[in-house]
Amino acid sequence: MTAWIRITITCRQLNERPAIGHQISHKSKAVKDNRPVNLDLTTIRLPVTALTSILHRVSGVAVFVGLALIIYLFDQASASEDSFIAIKECIEGSFLTRIALWTVVSALLFHIVMGVKHLIADLGFGETLESGKRASTIALAVAVVVILLAGVWIW
Amino acid sequence: MVTQVTNFGRNGVSNWLIQRFTSVVMLAYFLCVACFFVCNDNISYELFNAYFSSTPMTIFSTAALLAIIAHAWIGLWAVSTDYLTTRMMGNKGTVLRLLFQTAYSSVLFIYLVWGLKILWG
Repeated sequence: MTAWIRITITCRQLNERPAIGHQISHKSKAVKDNRPVNLDLTTIRLPVTALTSILHRVSGVAVFVGLALIIYLFDQASASEDSFIAIKECIEGSFLTRIALWTVVSALLFHIVMGVKHLIADLGFGETLESGKRASTIALAVAVVVILLAGVWIW
Repeated sequence: MVTQVTNFGRNGVSNWLIQRFTSVVMLAYFLCVACFFVCNDNISYELFNAYFSSTPMTIFSTAALLAIIAHAWIGLWAVSTDYLTTRMMGNKGTVLRLLFQTAYSSVLFIYLVWGLKILWG
């Protein structure tokens, strides 16, 4: 929710498009609920802060789906020595399994990096437009690096 | 209008707090587990089992599991109430949202019970 507030603020501060409405109005009981709202991602121009925000959401949904694979792998690995060896061979021997694992790990790493940025922002850092943009750019760069490192580690 | 009734906490502040608290728990857990996998080359079943089936680690895993269920519930609720609404989807919005919410809460329940069975079964 705070992410969307930030987007609204960012878009307005940048004055990149006229404010169509308040994105956050429907979340609050204290304000009128019939205000116009714009959440149409195809018409919102995405500055880097908004891009990281929506990717944070997308990666979160991806982790939710990928959790099934993580729990399955953990289940197989801890069930018995035979199933542990079988699942290890499955990961080491199959390109598809590695790609699947890397995809889930990438989504998780991206979500974690963006989440840490959020926690740092909650401490009061990176809250202005300029520092927020810088924080988002740094977080994107860090995410790319750790995702590539995870790829190197998996292969 | 989307009401708060299907959400995890009772209000936005409580959701925000739960989201931050669970994220710190999961971050700590992730760092521990990532350290284990990165620091140990060619992990054997004995090592894997010794690490994950110790009582402190089982408790930590359970905490992380509970945290991810709450965290995902709040996150997916936010996604569903932003996009699956009558404003975004027309008249089908409410039905779509309730179907999506039923789906993710069912999946999270399965993750929870499945995870507990692995950890404590």
